[in-house]
Amino acid sequence: MKFLKNLISDNTSAKSLLYILFAGFFLTGMWQNADAQIAVKGETVYPVSGDPIPNGVVLISDGKIEKVGPEANVEIPAGYEVLEASVITPGLIDARTVVGLAGYYNEAHDQDQLETSDAVQPELRAIDSYNAREFLVNYLMEEGITTVHTGHGPGAVISGQTMIAKTTGTTVDQALVDSTTMIAVTLGPSVGSNFSSPGTRSKLISVLRQDLIRAEDYATKRAEGNVSSRDLKMESLADLLDGKITALVTAHTASDIMTALRVHREFGFPMVLDGASEAYLVIDEIKEAGVPVIIHPIMIRPFGEAKNSSFETAAKLHEAGIPMAFQSGYEGYVPKTRVVKFEAAIAAAHGLGMENALYALTLGSAGILGIDNRVGSLEPGKDADIVLFDGDPFEYLTNVNSVIIDGNVVYQRD
Amino acid sequence: MKSLSNLLVLLLCFTLPLQAQDRPHVFEGAEIIPITGEPISNGVLVVENGVITAVGEPGTVPIPDNAERFDLSGKVIMPGLVDTHSHIGEGDGGDRSAALHPDVRILDTIDPRSKTFRKAAAGGLTSMNIMPGSGLLMSGQTVYVKPRPANTIEEMLIVVDEEYGIYGGLKMANGTNPLRTDGTPGTRAKSAALVRSLFVQAQEYKNQLEEAEGDPEKKPSRDLRMETLVEVLEGKRIVHNHTHRHDDILTAIRLADEFGYRMVLQHVSEGWKVADEIAASGYPASIIGLDSPGGKLEAINLLNTNGKELERAGADVAFHTDDPVVDSRFFLRMAAFGVREGMSREKALEALTITGARMMDIDDRVGSLEPGKDADFIILSGDPFSVYTHVEQTWIEGGKIWDRDNPEDREYAVGGYEIFRASANSHTHLEGYK
Repeated sequence: MKFLKNLISDNTSAKSLLYILFAGFFLTGMWQNADAQIAVKGETVYPVSGDPIPNGVVLISDGKIEKVGPEANVEIPAGYEVLEASVITPGLIDARTVVGLAGYYNEAHDQDQLETSDAVQPELRAIDSYNAREFLVNYLMEEGITTVHTGHGPGAVISGQTMIAKTTGTTVDQALVDSTTMIAVTLGPSVGSNFSSPGTRSKLISVLRQDLIRAEDYATKRAEGNVSSRDLKMESLADLLDGKITALVTAHTASDIMTALRVHREFGFPMVLDGASEAYLVIDEIKEAGVPVIIHPIMIRPFGEAKNSSFETAAKLHEAGIPMAFQSGYEGYVPKTRVVKFEAAIAAAHGLGMENALYALTLGSAGILGIDNRVGSLEPGKDADIVLFDGDPFEYLTNVNSVIIDGNVVYQRD
Repeated sequence: MKSLSNLLVLLLCFTLPLQAQDRPHVFEGAEIIPITGEPISNGVLVVENGVITAVGEPGTVPIPDNAERFDLSGKVIMPGLVDTHSHIGEGDGGDRSAALHPDVRILDTIDPRSKTFRKAAAGGLTSMNIMPGSGLLMSGQTVYVKPRPANTIEEMLIVVDEEYGIYGGLKMANGTNPLRTDGTPGTRAKSAALVRSLFVQAQEYKNQLEEAEGDPEKKPSRDLRMETLVEVLEGKRIVHNHTHRHDDILTAIRLADEFGYRMVLQHVSEGWKVADEIAASGYPASIIGLDSPGGKLEAINLLNTNGKELERAGADVAFHTDDPVVDSRFFLRMAAFGVREGMSREKALEALTITGARMMDIDDRVGSLEPGKDADFIILSGDPFSVYTHVEQTWIEGGKIWDRDNPEDREYAVGGYEIFRASANSHTHLEGYK
């Protein structure tokens, strides 16, 4: 590999030959070269699980992180390809997006994030409509986002399920980290604009509660082995009530956030708050409920139910000790997706600070999504998802030099 | 005429107590980016009666005796930002009764108290071209304003030509936005034909006016649509032409060439595909940058490398917010991404200031820090292209109109409870927005 890398920088014709080879790998599935042994050297390595390491080294073998430490303590074994950059971070995580279901054409044929035939459809699986080849998935990857929690969007009482994928691979199976992560619930006025009923926020809650009560019966029968015929909708809701899956509840206004917490208290399912524009108004209540928050895109346009959003909410959640992650959310127009790194950057510059923002964008996010055993930090044994930057990851002028996912160099800036 | 307009501008200044400047102001210690000259690492800026009187290094600039002095060590001063394309102010434009509305003025509908002006001030914007939407071939007359606190739109105007009633440009659009499935135009060719027909009519109207030689008997009867287009044909009013696809860009150029009007290409999303043709045409390009491509089919190839490619070709490039598409508070950020994608730092700074001012014909007054120009400038906490930099103060004509240290002002920079109206930042009321 080192030989090949030298060719890339030294010889243009060899470079094009190499591109052909790479293309060949891609088409034949040989790209998944898990045997690659790579040493990543950085002027500053952010393991996130520990303090930044000046002049650090990360060793990668068999798709996993082998060793992390200062250059003085980590010897690079012979045969390792060496990549160097100014700043090294874990792969970044988008904790809530619709990419892969929503495509960049924004035409009916590539918009699968919201089904409007029924306001309650927890049985809709994200894996059945994720397009691993979506242009925007690759676009996000080139900005350093290696893991996305994606799936059904806001806009229905229950729009469907979500999943977790790496931003690589050409099929959903290659990309998949977790097939059934959360069930997307929406409170607030957007549901009424997509469905004739429920048309109001209070009717929405009665519909949700009634279905959950039905699911309680189903869960009881299921536990007793008394389910005569399977009901996919009830099965999903019963999984939620049994704590096997988490509710991702989108609520923006303080009133809708409090309603989310009320329903959460009543049914006791695991819950993550999504959006939460007015979280700063009810921060004690959110903290007391013990629910994490996937905060709205920091740069969300301040109108509609997000009109009271603030660039400083992330800092306030952090100060209160509420687990928090960033998201790109859903966009109906331009830009078709936000870039979660850019959202975190604005929070970093508005009271949160660079290292706290990086934590929320990696390990904090992985913790909320339940995948911190695999991703989110640079620690031995974890997936080798690593981003190489030519400066502070949040600075406007900083470029991504390389992206490594599962030990494979999936992007290199030319 | 010119002296009349100058007098009016002067009168306007005197009527604004917020901008009263009793004695000269001297700003010292900051890095000054004058735009039209090299940055001065430890600069001095002198302002008297709302106008810049001197910019330079310490010792080279005479300090007036009674001056109020401001120590800005560690800060950066640059000209107030000029936005060539914005939809703030909650105005509207032409309706669906026709495809062409050169007679309609957005000036008549703007709310001078709209919080969106405070938001723009928080973003460091001091001059802007506020336009009707792009859902019509001609959606109306635009207006050039400064976002200073005002009770009336008249107090915000930059250009005041009372003789002709010119306060801005004319918005035009081609491509898919003006197309109708339930009316005309239904195609791009029909769009061009409708525009050409109206300009042919305007040429005839102009001829009749000229032949009348001021004789009221011979003059054609007044026609607001024709009068506006005559101003365009005479070069008194600049056309701002919304256009995305490469072929639509060339169509806009073809029409402007045919009738000889002055035009700014707006958005120009696929400008990078025809950068050399744009440069050769001489029409300037006002571009936008976005966080990702996609979302609008005809603009799908909008890349942040657009600025670099247009600069390389030698075209005049400015940035615009299209607020609410990009929030006015992220205008500096947009240019920074242009630099990340290969635009020169110098051209990107110009694209936020003097180049935009040229596109609105107001570069004699704003867009750079030079003696004789309006004292419109911003004080930044650091490098204009750093995410960690904040706009700290915004000054217009020697008056501080926004200050991050003031808690009320600060809210417009960061947001919060009941700062913005639910609808104030929505673009949906603009005809044809999609």
